[in-house]
Amino acid sequence: MASKLIGWLDERTGIVGVYKTVFDRKIPRVNWWFTLGSASLFLFSIQVVTGILLTVYYVPSPEHAYDSVQYIMTGVQFGWLIRGVHHWAASLMVLTVFLHMLRVFFYGAYKYPREITWVTGVVLLLATLGMGFTGYLLPWNQKAYWATTVGTSIAGTVPGIGDFILRALRGGADLSAMTLTRFFAAHVWMLPLVILAVISVHLYLVIRNGISAAPKDDE
Amino acid sequence: MSESDAVNASRRRFVATTAAAVGAVMGAAVGVPALGYLASPALEAGGSDAWVPLGNLESFSTQQPTPFSFTRSKTSGWRKSTRSYTVYVIRNADGVRVLSSRCTHLSCRVTWHEEQNAFTCPCHDAQFGPQGEVLYGPPPKPLEEYETKIEDGALLIRVVEA
Ligand code: HEM
Ligand code: FES
Repeated sequence: MASKLIGWLDERTGIVGVYKTVFDRKIPRVNWWFTLGSASLFLFSIQVVTGILLTVYYVPSPEHAYDSVQYIMTGVQFGWLIRGVHHWAASLMVLTVFLHMLRVFFYGAYKYPREITWVTGVVLLLATLGMGFTGYLLPWNQKAYWATTVGTSIAGTVPGIGDFILRALRGGADLSAMTLTRFFAAHVWMLPLVILAVISVHLYLVIRNGISAAPKDDE
Repeated sequence: MSESDAVNASRRRFVATTAAAVGAVMGAAVGVPALGYLASPALEAGGSDAWVPLGNLESFSTQQPTPFSFTRSKTSGWRKSTRSYTVYVIRNADGVRVLSSRCTHLSCRVTWHEEQNAFTCPCHDAQFGPQGEVLYGPPPKPLEEYETKIEDGALLIRVVEA
């Protein structure tokens, strides 16, 4: 029955070919370090799900952001869990992405023909760090406020265009409602869409080029 | 099929089954809290039931329905807001009745018009008589009446909120 249904679908969509290309591809003998990319992908999915749930109650306005987060923690069933998972998985994702990059670097897996995979990976690392930076402001508590004050000030020390960068990040000279809404837009729309698009290219390249084998002792 | 092929095939089946089982457990671990989280406001008991003092009974007119307005604070999620009420106090020889000013048609506010001896609703031209009975228009029921009590000469009404 199931195989009949799959056959019916496959005839119309080629789904079995897609499945085989993605999951039944040949890989060399590898070790646990090679799972870090998948771990990053898993954590990103967790962030998408818990993040979407958080926006159900979160309000990106200076008057309400703090209270709405307090409400998620104390007034909504499982709110503490959803926010807690989003918080910890965020830190963990930065860690796994970074370790994944180190793995690729130390195995020399960035070399021909995988340079573009590496370059898209750099974009993913930067966007992931951007998610951490923009997300940190959203609870609008003292730590968030001052961390963002410091972070944007550091960006302001760039010679020449520093002041422009600082104002563009803050949406004005100081941290304000303008900062909160633009960080929210970046955190919820712009960066996730960039990450999603670039992950697609990254994974396409991983599948198309295959995974590199660990170098032999005599290499 | 050689022996190692058979081992590989059964290992594949094991991996597939384990992956599906672990995936289902993880899906439930996320899915159940997610549903509770989304349904949370709908499951809250909420509501309130309170006696609200309207002041000294003797201060209300025995000639005309007298409007009385008050506000009550309300918390929806993380936001505190106020809800305002206008009620009409109707006193006569039989005692006192307190009517809501909310039209029983579609909830507009009715006001007392002395010259017409009626409450009129601005939305669809309804009229209610001095005791809240429907005189004219689409409302299906008379104006709602509040439960009242008198304590130390003060009039109180019972306000129940959903
Ligand atoms: C959101 C972040 C990222 C995700 C979801 C992701 C996902 C993946 C996955 C699933 C693989 C398959 C092999 C493995 O897991 O080791 C992979 C391979 C690879 N990744 Fe990433 N990655 C991310 C970030 C990065 C970063 C920051 C770099 C480097 C700057 C990078 C460079 C590469 C390269 C060069 C390969 C090919 C490795 C090989 O063929 O052996 N990736 N990535
Ligand atoms: S709401 Fe009062 S008549 Fe329709």
